[in-house]
Amino acid sequence: MHDAHSIEHHFLLTDLLFGIPALLAVGLYIGAVVLTNRRGRLRKWPGLRTLSFVAGVLFAAAALVGPLVRQSHADFTAHMAGHLLLGMLAPLLIALAAPMTLVLRTLNVHLARKLSRLLQSLFVGFFTHPVVASILNIGGLWLLYTTDLYAAMHSNFLLHIIVHIHVFLAGYLFTISLVYIDPVFHRFSYTYRTVVFILALAGHGILSKFIYAYPPAGVPVEQARVGAMLMYYGGDTVDLLLIFILFKHWYQSVRPRKLVSTVGKAV
Amino acid sequence: MHNTQAHSDNRVTFARRNIWSGILFGLGFVAFLDETLFHQLLHWHKFYDKSTVAVGLVSDGLFHAFSWFATVGGLFLVADLRRRNALWHKMFWGGKLLGGGAFQLYDGTIQHKIMRIHQIRYNVDILPYDLVWNISAAIMIAVGIGLIVSARRDKRIGKGAFSHA
Repeated sequence: MHDAHSIEHHFLLTDLLFGIPALLAVGLYIGAVVLTNRRGRLRKWPGLRTLSFVAGVLFAAAALVGPLVRQSHADFTAHMAGHLLLGMLAPLLIALAAPMTLVLRTLNVHLARKLSRLLQSLFVGFFTHPVVASILNIGGLWLLYTTDLYAAMHSNFLLHIIVHIHVFLAGYLFTISLVYIDPVFHRFSYTYRTVVFILALAGHGILSKFIYAYPPAGVPVEQARVGAMLMYYGGDTVDLLLIFILFKHWYQSVRPRKLVSTVGKAV
Repeated sequence: MHNTQAHSDNRVTFARRNIWSGILFGLGFVAFLDETLFHQLLHWHKFYDKSTVAVGLVSDGLFHAFSWFATVGGLFLVADLRRRNALWHKMFWGGKLLGGGAFQLYDGTIQHKIMRIHQIRYNVDILPYDLVWNISAAIMIAVGIGLIVSARRDKRIGKGAFSHA
């Protein structure tokens, strides 16, 4: 049923399906930056954000389009490398690029108001709730690797697409519910976010050890072990960045406003 | 004069933050050492040792995530104390030893012995290793508590940094 020819045909289709939106996203972002910078009324858009966005989209695309996705069809380690790029690194880089702020700046006032009303809605609030985002993200991964979903994804074209979109979106929601870069209308305290994310990161670490011990159906033990270790240590690396940003924001937020006791009196 | 006074005032105000930053950093640091030194470099115990103890997996995962947060968070707390001129070395070191020792003792008793997730080494007489591991943990805890108590006493009797003579 799945001869090499039809599989390659499917890959060409996913190349187009994911490649075109990726190019479109980069084009729109850069277009918006040019537009908003030309107005001159506001501060110039930081170049680092543009760079972060382009890098994020490229990393996501690397997991969806081209040689890596073909290799991950047969090789679990390659699949896990793709997962790290698509579900963790790309969402972080894109979140750091503050896309929603850029959109709000670029739109005219009328549309920007509509958009910000949407962002304030219960619907958006629900999906950006730290607990909901964590369950979607980590729970989704548990579902993928501990059921037959992983095997099914490789034979079912539609599932392949849905799972990959889910991994990226859930990773993005998870990131923006932890670190606030774009405007956030449903905010949670640092303590609350820290506690939820310790549990979520534990869930990720436990799952990677679980995969090490119980490879998903159809994955050879050796591949599962290397993939699990990649998931564990790679996850730690991206998590370290996330934790660092979270605490950096805390550090900035508790900045002492008055130095009366030390500087004021001396002056 | 004012500066010294303000300095020790800040330390007293943020005494608890000094202890907590130490505990968090000490805990994270020892967990990190355990993982790098014994798991990755020496391979004394492995990434995964027992597939039967689900509770071991969960506790390991939680602790790992917590220690990752604790290391970064603890250092940011230190940065905050320094910025406020409130870093109290004696308190901070007391917390560090207490946190590090508490983690090591937990690892050495609960994880190694009660849940038996992994041992320090395999195929050797384990007793000397267990003794060194747990006694050094107990010493760290004792010295840590000692430093915290001593720092409190310094404050009360106005010794060290607290004497404004």
